[in-house]
Amino acid sequence: MTTPPALVVDNLRKTYSNGVEALKGISLTVQPGDFFALLGPNGAGKSTLIGILSSLVNSTSGDAQVFGVSVNKQRSDAMRLIGLVPQELNFNQFEKPFDICVNEAGFYGIPRKIAAERAEKYLKELRLWDKAHMQARTLSGGMKRRLMIARAMMNEPKLLILDEPTAGVDIEIRRSMWQFVSAINAAGTTVILTTHYLEEAESLCRNIAIIDHGVIVENTSMKRLLATLDVETFVLDVTAMPDELPSIPGVTLRRRDDHMLEAEMARSHDLNSLFAQLSANGIMVTSMRNKTNRLEELFVRLVEHGRQEPGRSEEQAA
Amino acid sequence: MSNTAANLVALNTLVRREIARIMRIWTQTLIPPAITMTLYFVIFGKLIGSRIGTIQGGFSYMQYIVPGLVMMSVINNCYANISSSFFGAKFSRAVEEMLVSPMPNWVILLGYVTGAVARGMVVGVLVLVIALFFTSLHVVHPLITFLSVLLGATIFSLAGFVNAVYAKKFDDIALVPTFILTPLTYLGGVFYSVNMLGEPWQAISRINPILYMVNAFRFGVLGISDVHVGVAFIVMLGFVAGLTIVALQLLKRGVGLRS
Repeated sequence: MTTPPALVVDNLRKTYSNGVEALKGISLTVQPGDFFALLGPNGAGKSTLIGILSSLVNSTSGDAQVFGVSVNKQRSDAMRLIGLVPQELNFNQFEKPFDICVNEAGFYGIPRKIAAERAEKYLKELRLWDKAHMQARTLSGGMKRRLMIARAMMNEPKLLILDEPTAGVDIEIRRSMWQFVSAINAAGTTVILTTHYLEEAESLCRNIAIIDHGVIVENTSMKRLLATLDVETFVLDVTAMPDELPSIPGVTLRRRDDHMLEAEMARSHDLNSLFAQLSANGIMVTSMRNKTNRLEELFVRLVEHGRQEPGRSEEQAA
Repeated sequence: MSNTAANLVALNTLVRREIARIMRIWTQTLIPPAITMTLYFVIFGKLIGSRIGTIQGGFSYMQYIVPGLVMMSVINNCYANISSSFFGAKFSRAVEEMLVSPMPNWVILLGYVTGAVARGMVVGVLVLVIALFFTSLHVVHPLITFLSVLLGATIFSLAGFVNAVYAKKFDDIALVPTFILTPLTYLGGVFYSVNMLGEPWQAISRINPILYMVNAFRFGVLGISDVHVGVAFIVMLGFVAGLTIVALQLLKRGVGLRS
């Protein structure tokens, strides 16, 4: 017997009571074991979609299936398969992290002894064990975010949904969070991630959907999406710079300051010839790096393109 | 694990959490009603009551008001507990912990109601113990006493839950106790027998549900009542059934909880 997809979203629509059409009939599939990025600008419909998957939002029409279980028709069974790390803090700040985790497991019907063992395991893995018996309100912002991940793991979900879990978290904690989630994913848990840190999505996720104005504007593998980027921009640190920048065919040079240049060129362009021509013009390059992360560039393009051509989005949604 | 077993674990978890909350803030949940009722006993029971003498069935005024005051503290505390706990969970979004879980709505409702009833019962016992410092009581019908206080507590727990579901701000959970619950309690025969009232006030009093709770409880403790105990139980059971249906419908539709 073949394993059903981790998630099938089928023509899902949501219109709020104030008339806002947050989802305009989106469909997508996430395979088991995937690390899937769900990206989009603010107000695109990501949180509405996650709300419907976790049953916090009632869909207007359409359905979603988690490992073949309908969220609409078999809500309880579907919820057993999902772990949710929401965007906003949503635990009682006067309770202790250990109790928050054990209680959450209890709500999933997990006996107290097993719940206590799991709480210890995940709080330790997320480096919160020393705070386990302090009031949650005394934790730092990063700790509170990690607590929500630990809590979401209490039912050992097959599908873990992370809605901007690293918002406002410093880089060190963010990295440790990703190490944890990557390990969970490697162990077989399917992960869906929404984030505004696109470098995170680029380095972690294998497949991606970009949502804007309630429609999916792109849904493909990360590799294939990045391959469509035909232009790259490099930042070059240079020792000396002439008053007038040389003209190099196929390359657009821009001055950032007296010791920094930007070079925009086709991905197929030969870097050796760029260096040779810069050198011939008395510009010595000491170091170079990509100007922006590639996914960010694609993301901006796709979202802006979708806004310029609204008809395209509607067609895709149909 | 079967669904029934999982639901029992979930219910047990929710009740434990509610009781832990009551104990964590015991200075707000258990002590104030004890102090308030002590003052009632001193002022109404001792100072004023001693001048009233016997009131009905040969009982002193103090003995007469004890069942009503116990019931009043039970229902007030049930209502306050569930409305503040559930609205607090809504306000802090901690309610989402339950909403995203497989827990069915009836478990959520039963868990909160059980927690509130537990607080009401503890407060009721505390008030009863305090009353024994002022007067002597002999419970005539223990089963009726227990059932009437249980049903009264359940009714006001359910009502508090419905209030919390609709509430959008903390003020909303204070409105009903201030403008409805307190007047109904004071006019529900806690301090007097409705038989003392002339018409139409006696007839009007009989549409007050608290009258039936207070009198059923008074019948259990003292053996006297202004209303037929059977009718009182029918009224209380009707309220329990009606409010349970309303609360479950609100949860099913996700009113104030799911978008």
